[in-house]
Amino acid sequence: MPLDARLDAQDRSFKVVGTRPSRPDGIDKVTGRARFGADMSAPGMLVGKVLRSPHPHARIRSIDASAAEALPGVKAVVTQADFATQDGDLHDTLINVMAGDKALYEGHAVAAVAATTTAIAQKALKLIEVDYEVLPHVTDVDAAMAPDAPLLHDDMVTQGVEPAPSKPSNVAQRHEFGHGDVEAGFAQAEVIVERAFKTEAAHQGYIEPHACLASVGPDGQGELWCCTQGHYMVRNTCAELLGMDISKLRVTASEIGGGFGGKTTVFVEPVALALSRKAGHPVKIVMTRSEVFRATGPTSSSSIWVKVGATKDGRITAGQAELRYQGGAFAGSPVEFGAMSAFACYDLEHINVVGYDVVANRPKQAAYRAPGAPMSAFAIESVISEVADKIGMDPVDFRLKNAAKEGTESAYGPTYGRIGLIETLEAAKAHPNYQAPLGPNQGRGVACGFWFNFGGQTCVNLNINVDGTVALALGTPDIGGSRASMCQMAAEELGIAYDNVRAIVADTSSLGYNDITEGSRTTFSSGLATIEAARDAITRLCERAAIMWGIPADAVVWENGHAKPAGPNAGDFEPLSLAEIAKVSGSTGGPIAGHCEVNAEGAGVSFATHLVDVEVDPETGATEVLRYLVVQDAGKAIHPSYVEGQYQGGAVQGIGWALNEEYIYGEDGRLQNPGFLDYRIPVASDVPMIDTVIVEIPNPGHPYGVRGVGETSIVPPLAAIANAVSHAAGVRMTQVPMSPPRILKAIDEAKANGGPGA
Amino acid sequence: MRYEAPDTTEAAVQLLAAETGLARVLAGGTDLLVQLRSGMVDPDLVVDIKRIEVMRQISEEDGGFRIGAAVSSAELGEHAALSAAWPGVVEAAELIGSTQIQGRCTMVGNLCNASPAADSVPAMVAAAAMVTLVGPDGRRELPAEAVAEAPGKTSLQKGELVESVFLPKRPPRSGDAYLRFIPRTEMDIAVVGAGVSLTLDEQGTCQTARVSLGAVAPRVLLVEDSANCLIGTKVGAAALEALAAAASAACSPIDDKRGTVEFRIKVAGVLARRAAEKALERAKGTA
Repeated sequence: MPLDARLDAQDRSFKVVGTRPSRPDGIDKVTGRARFGADMSAPGMLVGKVLRSPHPHARIRSIDASAAEALPGVKAVVTQADFATQDGDLHDTLINVMAGDKALYEGHAVAAVAATTTAIAQKALKLIEVDYEVLPHVTDVDAAMAPDAPLLHDDMVTQGVEPAPSKPSNVAQRHEFGHGDVEAGFAQAEVIVERAFKTEAAHQGYIEPHACLASVGPDGQGELWCCTQGHYMVRNTCAELLGMDISKLRVTASEIGGGFGGKTTVFVEPVALALSRKAGHPVKIVMTRSEVFRATGPTSSSSIWVKVGATKDGRITAGQAELRYQGGAFAGSPVEFGAMSAFACYDLEHINVVGYDVVANRPKQAAYRAPGAPMSAFAIESVISEVADKIGMDPVDFRLKNAAKEGTESAYGPTYGRIGLIETLEAAKAHPNYQAPLGPNQGRGVACGFWFNFGGQTCVNLNINVDGTVALALGTPDIGGSRASMCQMAAEELGIAYDNVRAIVADTSSLGYNDITEGSRTTFSSGLATIEAARDAITRLCERAAIMWGIPADAVVWENGHAKPAGPNAGDFEPLSLAEIAKVSGSTGGPIAGHCEVNAEGAGVSFATHLVDVEVDPETGATEVLRYLVVQDAGKAIHPSYVEGQYQGGAVQGIGWALNEEYIYGEDGRLQNPGFLDYRIPVASDVPMIDTVIVEIPNPGHPYGVRGVGETSIVPPLAAIANAVSHAAGVRMTQVPMSPPRILKAIDEAKANGGPGA
Repeated sequence: MRYEAPDTTEAAVQLLAAETGLARVLAGGTDLLVQLRSGMVDPDLVVDIKRIEVMRQISEEDGGFRIGAAVSSAELGEHAALSAAWPGVVEAAELIGSTQIQGRCTMVGNLCNASPAADSVPAMVAAAAMVTLVGPDGRRELPAEAVAEAPGKTSLQKGELVESVFLPKRPPRSGDAYLRFIPRTEMDIAVVGAGVSLTLDEQGTCQTARVSLGAVAPRVLLVEDSANCLIGTKVGAAALEALAAAASAACSPIDDKRGTVEFRIKVAGVLARRAAEKALERAKGTA
């Protein structure tokens, strides 16, 4: 079989790939038949509720749950003592799931109860007595870095600094990336722009709150149903937190009502398991929206300084930035990704970026769509546009002149292979939106964005049924239409109809370990594994055809969904379809299946250019997004509608973050807006139809050329909108969200200082 | 928690008066149910008024409109004569929440929730709406602006409830309008709201005007200083600027998650001016 020859068949013409069939989960989702995290029930099920700290920072002197335990209907109360001690990688995860000697943020879980009804569980929470010693708190990133800031962790000594600091601080780690000599670069510059920026924390804003149903039997065997982006991660993490063997816990991923990175860790899942183990009953926990906001991961807030120098003819001579990201109460903010991606769009001789990972009394940040990149892109792309304005150059031309291309040494180290940034810039420039006339108080903004993309551990089973249909078992939860894309790739490879393939997300006992659906990896990695599994099945199918014909297996080829005799036997027999081979598989050797277990490498980086027009009301500071264009390199769009959906979704989330979404803390360190009324994600009427252009520069690392597309789309919007608003309002905006009060204040201050002028 | 759904206003009054614990009136439930679910209130008695016929009606009376306490915003919008006479009041009621919410929520509920940010209240205040209250001691009338005393607190007595709200007859050449500022385009709560109602004489001079502001003080304000800037004028640019300045001067807002003091003061003037311009167009018949 000439399988290897087809690995690089990137110029092939496709029959199924690139079409737009209906998604297999669509009918279930619009009719309500789909089962999400909170939709599973079990006989004898209890309700789990979590007691949360009202204080942003407090020592927990003691917890007395005796009155709660004595309440009729209460079946179990758990605290951190009910979990296995963690000294390694899961140390912070455990403390975040259930506080130990300190509450580190408002909403930090302190204890949990399981009771027969919600009312009893809520009453029991009020009966748990926690003796808190309230400590000073800090929520702002710059304040947390101040020398006299309240310390969250007495043992946190900044890593990445030589020599190591002698005293603890709230800075977990320092990162540095770049090459060349920025001072020499700035010396060559004729124009230098230097600015400080701030971004507020945004929540992923998934519509479905975290929910799970856990059941642990007296034999120690556990089952867990939950909404997650990675049930294998949930299984391994929960098993370790509970001190169970991995084999004793089976996790099933429900349908998922949005994740965007926020469902890549555990919160209530281990708590439900601990309660179930203690109570001897199944336990369901469903977070309220307020709990989601107060206790799950928003992204980091940040404080960023940028300096860019250029010659008057538009060549950037140096780029420098300092990034400070607070990632909540624990180390691990995505500042490293922010620093690595900061100047990734440009071909620069001199770059230096320093990042600080900072802790503060806020919930532990979780990944949010290209974690870390939108903030640094906001700051850097704002300055890039300002430099273009200063030298009087078109912002797209300025970017084209400095754009990274094949062979560019990236800011974070590697040299790029085939990439599509220039193609996205050219497509944006050619789009009608770039020529649309602008009226008074209207402005246009451009920004580019980059994301790494990821591959990772992936397993796929592909079973050929006797009627010629195919059952595809995947291990990556479907958060963006991936089941449809996998069915297309399987159908393409096997040469059968899309409707003859059904994909499911299998539970953790059915496949080997799969990494989380994150890093824009699923269509790339599970797609690659699906193609490989299909090719494995084709090998088996050819073998069976050979048996049926009585010729050697290597004398059979697979073409257009049929086995055909080849070589000396060519034309001797009528081609056999997949269905014909499957029908008699019981008598030619048994069931036919294909498998792939892989650690996928070769995920191609992805670039995008966004173009936006806005109108700012100069009397109220309100911004209306008039038109919005996303141009992004998809490598190869398997299902163009879902690729466009990813582009549009990232843009809309970016619009929300840019204009209104933010975590607002009071002086008391408590979140002021833990609900969708005052945490303002955009509603449908807030955004125009997002225009899209799919650029396809194939990724050499994937058989069909696929690049991940899920995350890059949220990288440029903050900057693109900031550039548009700054042009419309006549004043440079340096903080997101650019809420109406902030814009109005900036306009009024500019007027007071002698008239608006960016 | 006891739930009652009486057929008459008098029966509702009896239930409310007799309750020794906390009693709440349920109309559309779009505030009360949210408060119940979030644990903000834990009433002993809930009295549903939706089965009281008179509270479900819109009736013409002396050339004006009497609107029952359980009439939903959507029903207001579907009433052609009311919408033609008081477009500002109806547009305010149709800004509350979402389409789904508007199928349930009521203007009287909006009034009795006593939020300074309630959308329909500035419009009612500008319209000189009068409410009819019924209690153990009988009936009484109150101007709409006298119902709320402070955030969440009304001037209603024990056992008292609002049966209806009355919008008076409109003279010719009258117009009203309500505008609010929200950071989104819908599904939001006013950061600032402004209602204006005015009447012109045949020469186009403003004879009467009422200006109200929401979300810029502990209760909805009736701003006579702003109205006085219009009365006797042709409602030109100078009068409108004076109205805006007077509106800003009347504000005593707070800094909160929805807006700053300086933002609310400035935008109150802007919205009062824009609402007056819209009301003027309607009075002239050009809108």
